[in-house]
Amino acid sequence: MSVLAVSNLAKRYHRGGKPFAAVDDVSFEIGPAETLALAGPSGSGKSTIARLVLRLIEPDAGRIDFEGADFLALSGAALRARRARLQMVFQDPLAAFNPRATVARVLDDPLRIHGLASRAERPRHIAALLERVGLDPALAARAIHEISGGQRQRVAIARAIATRPSLIVLDEAVSALDVSVRAQILELLLDLQRQERIAYLFISHDLGVIRAVAHRVVILDAGRIAESGDARAVIVNPQSAIGKALVAATPRLTRNRP
Amino acid sequence: MSRLRRFFRTPEAIVGALILALLAAMALAAPLLFPGDPQAIAGPALLPPFQDWSLPLGTDRLGRDVLAELFHGARTSLAVGLAAAAAALLIGAVVGTLAGFAGGLVGEVLMRITDAFQTVPSFLLALAFVSVVGPSLGVVVTAIALGAWTGPARVARAEVLSIRERDYVAGARVVGMHPLEIAFREVLPNALPPVLALSSVIVAAAILTEAALSFLGLGDPNRVTWGGMIAEGRTVLRTAPFLSVVPGIALVLTVLGVYLAGEGVVESTAVRRSLS
Repeated sequence: MSVLAVSNLAKRYHRGGKPFAAVDDVSFEIGPAETLALAGPSGSGKSTIARLVLRLIEPDAGRIDFEGADFLALSGAALRARRARLQMVFQDPLAAFNPRATVARVLDDPLRIHGLASRAERPRHIAALLERVGLDPALAARAIHEISGGQRQRVAIARAIATRPSLIVLDEAVSALDVSVRAQILELLLDLQRQERIAYLFISHDLGVIRAVAHRVVILDAGRIAESGDARAVIVNPQSAIGKALVAATPRLTRNRP
Repeated sequence: MSRLRRFFRTPEAIVGALILALLAAMALAAPLLFPGDPQAIAGPALLPPFQDWSLPLGTDRLGRDVLAELFHGARTSLAVGLAAAAAALLIGAVVGTLAGFAGGLVGEVLMRITDAFQTVPSFLLALAFVSVVGPSLGVVVTAIALGAWTGPARVARAEVLSIRERDYVAGARVVGMHPLEIAFREVLPNALPPVLALSSVIVAAAILTEAALSFLGLGDPNRVTWGGMIAEGRTVLRTAPFLSVVPGIALVLTVLGVYLAGEGVVESTAVRRSLS
């Protein structure tokens, strides 16, 4: 059974008085412990799909089934409780946190909100989460703006896995990181996927990264699916014009999925 | 603390802080230096300043000690100014945050109420409120706050409108945080700096409004106020101008001090904001 099934999703915006479709008739599925990549140029609707799937914005049409239940039917407290299973990591690891927060507070929030640990137990849970993402538990006392970008993205991943989700949406999660840090974060994500069987909706414009981590890929163009299939097969032999253009724009593709 | 050091880097901040410190010292020392009722008769009427050193600033029409009145008046001015500004900032920040964060119908209704309050001149509002409810310190504070909260509400709303689109607010929603907790714990604290920048203007305006109400005889009659002293001295302005001039100077210095210190705070937080 799929973790997430999206069918005929549509979202229109008005730009200069004229409506335009940001997302138009998009359908896909993600299985347990699977990584589905959404690729496409800027403005192709990748991030809009991420926000629709997370219910940060509401679709105009279509259906989202999460863990076998209609996700769009939920609201209020029921929706907030369900959010524990569906998490997100943002592109800019600085903008994703309250500028006043400390690492401990960021990780305390999901544990407190979803009642996963009592007040007395939470510091121990926070330390364990930091260790799980390869950080020193002593970082808990630091302010978010005091740690490095790579450390921040690890904290973001720790926040996302705190509630033991079945799906994490990674919206350009490694795009803002420098190359060496990016490789480490990708290793961490793959390791978490193997151990906790988390599915990823991996949004990126970088086909090199997608080929390294994704099982399947969906290529978007102007809000519609241009083509989809096995990540390696699509990248080696793209059929659509936009797929060919994206592959041609990627400098070199030497890494394989480990 | 580095923030404090940044605050004291500008000369106007130092001058403002000195004036405010002096004023606070006056207010705190008033019951110690001048125990008993400052409105009691202390000597001959209309004694000019610097004649009798037991009454250094002389006496007014009824023979009351002007210096004692000045010290006790500082208490009223500071208390009313700070309390009214705190109330106005609190109401404004809460209304502005709710209006900006909720948006839609709730936001519209809250902002139309804000408009309604803003279109009535705040002094007229305070005047009407005090004349209906009756003069007492609490009523005067409420009356001034009622006319002053709209500015902070607008600034807070504008700030919240920009903050609510940030990733960390989306992050808080993804974590499953309750909307009210997002509004008041994630958004409001980050929207505060520009709102607090208004506080000096509001405190200064509140002190002036209180003085004006007292001047018109609508202040708390059981308390000495600078506005009341000026009004009292008005009748003998030609023969004893010092009775109006002394509290007038105190009022000007206080408002100036509040402005300058506020300017210093804005400067130091502006640096902080450009860094973050």
